[in-house]
Amino acid sequence: MSSVLEIKDLNKNFGDFKALQDINLNVKEGEFVSVLGPSGCGKTTLLRVIAGFIEESSGSISIQKQPMKGISPENRPVNIVFQSLALFPMMNVFENVAFGLRRQGLKKDEISKKVLKMLKRVGLEGYEKKKINELSGGQKQRVAIARSLVMKPKILLLDEPLSALDRKLREYMKVELKDLQREVGTTFIYITHDQSEALVMSDRVAVMNKGKIEQLDTPVNLYTHPNTAFVAGFVGENNRFELANSDNNSITTKNGWKLNMPDLDFTPNVMFMRPEAFILEPTDDIKDINRFQATIKVVLFDGANTKMSVVVDSGDEILISLPQNAKFQNLKSGDRVDIGIAYNNIKCYKE
Amino acid sequence: MSGNKKAFYFLLIPVLLWLVLLIIIPHIDLFISSFKVDGDSSSAFSLENYTIFFEEKIYWFTFLNTVLYAIGITLLAFVVTFPVAFYLTKVVDRKYASFLTLMLLIPLWVGELVTIYGWVIILGDHGVINESLKWLGIIDKPLPLLYNNFSMSIGLLYMSMLFMTIPVMTTLESLDDSLIEAASDLGASKFTIFRRIIIPHAMPGIVNGGIIVFMLVIGDYVAPNILGGKSNLWFTEQIYNQFLSTFNWNQGAAFGFLLLVISSAVIWMALKLSGQKLEKVGS
Repeated sequence: MSSVLEIKDLNKNFGDFKALQDINLNVKEGEFVSVLGPSGCGKTTLLRVIAGFIEESSGSISIQKQPMKGISPENRPVNIVFQSLALFPMMNVFENVAFGLRRQGLKKDEISKKVLKMLKRVGLEGYEKKKINELSGGQKQRVAIARSLVMKPKILLLDEPLSALDRKLREYMKVELKDLQREVGTTFIYITHDQSEALVMSDRVAVMNKGKIEQLDTPVNLYTHPNTAFVAGFVGENNRFELANSDNNSITTKNGWKLNMPDLDFTPNVMFMRPEAFILEPTDDIKDINRFQATIKVVLFDGANTKMSVVVDSGDEILISLPQNAKFQNLKSGDRVDIGIAYNNIKCYKE
Repeated sequence: MSGNKKAFYFLLIPVLLWLVLLIIIPHIDLFISSFKVDGDSSSAFSLENYTIFFEEKIYWFTFLNTVLYAIGITLLAFVVTFPVAFYLTKVVDRKYASFLTLMLLIPLWVGELVTIYGWVIILGDHGVINESLKWLGIIDKPLPLLYNNFSMSIGLLYMSMLFMTIPVMTTLESLDDSLIEAASDLGASKFTIFRRIIIPHAMPGIVNGGIIVFMLVIGDYVAPNILGGKSNLWFTEQIYNQFLSTFNWNQGAAFGFLLLVISSAVIWMALKLSGQKLEKVGS
């Protein structure tokens, strides 16, 4: 598949502040790529540069091999779904979706046909005459997406469009958005600070921090093989420990908790262990793991997401996922438990 | 009576006093006296004051002239102030916006009379404009800029246009910038964005400002009197004459009432045409 978007060595400075630094990103046609990062990491700036609302300081952006330099937003083959949705309150649903088509000077019945088809696709058949303030949050969402998709953009840019919805609806819209994208086949670039949205929907995720892309990878790789300490800490839940010292065979936390870590070829100063990577009561035949004992501090019941906080003898505290099977149902505060963690589930980094 | 109720009635009293003493009673008095004939001590009602208005061409012609000029100046106020309001709310850095708005308000501080005399100085035969043009050699004789409809319109526009600027600025401030960006993203030209997004959004403010400007202009006396000159026709001057020159208070009352009726009618029409509701505009 050919690449629809090519970003090369993109930089954007606001005065002394480097909002974007050496961004390189290739997006293939029909791909769903998320840009994930904390607020202020530059992800919205990146989106606005792609859309043409902000001019880049250096570097280049091409869409379908066409360089975009100097091309104004209304002439770029991209459309945005804004964070605030930016629906036009002075128009009804039909007029909102028809707005862009009218600007193209299409015939009336052609506009009507396209709008109705798109409204049907997003599940808003029969809502044409409704005013924007008569819609629920989820329906507004769909109007905003329909309004952009009806333009048949080469790329649809979505700027945290689900952030205004409540949690239940957000979970639902995630799946629906992914389905819709697969159905229409449009390339989606999705900006978000919510790692769950990024992981669930995307083919690939670009994790951004301080204006740089830290890692561009599939959701699975991002989660299981984070390249940097930032990615390890930002994507998914993680136990983070600063390290006091290390040698070829072991690492020691600042509190003095020593873990075996064979074949280290650098000197890390921070390490991460996922809550679900721990083995409770490991049997003797499991190899290449650290074994230790810890005291349960508190059990945090949350259905299938139940976790417990345990304290090891050094005083270091770790969060461990607690599988909801009968074997561990009786664990409670104060109990001593045997715990294991495989060497390859300990991720070490030098920051 | 609970404390809440007490507070309710306590706060109601000033409102009622205001409405009854300052608005309702004077208007009833005006209305009644407009149906009485000057010098006739009997309390018989008569339509004479109104028939005189329609019979004397100078009266209804002045009346029509006033209404048309007031509408024109209101439209002009919109044309002149909208770019200013847009610049102050959407273009200029927020740091300077409040300072610049304050600068706009300064003419209000010195009062209408002083600013109107300021225009006399600017527009007069030996005023700034004529002297500059003479010095540049563009004209030999001074242009007749003062004491005509032109100078009166400028004076009326100048003293009223701020009352258009402020409500328009308020509505523009509430316009989400992303609406403009979204329209641009969907391929709209600057003109389309202005016509389809910005104007509809600012409509309550425009109508609100329009009503205030229209009322101020149609009821103004100072600018027409000082800048308008002798031959100029403005209806408030007719009312003034009835009250203070000919001392025919009943005739003056009838004129005042006619002005009230036409103002209300024009405002009602403006609301209908723009599709706005008075409650929405007034808030």
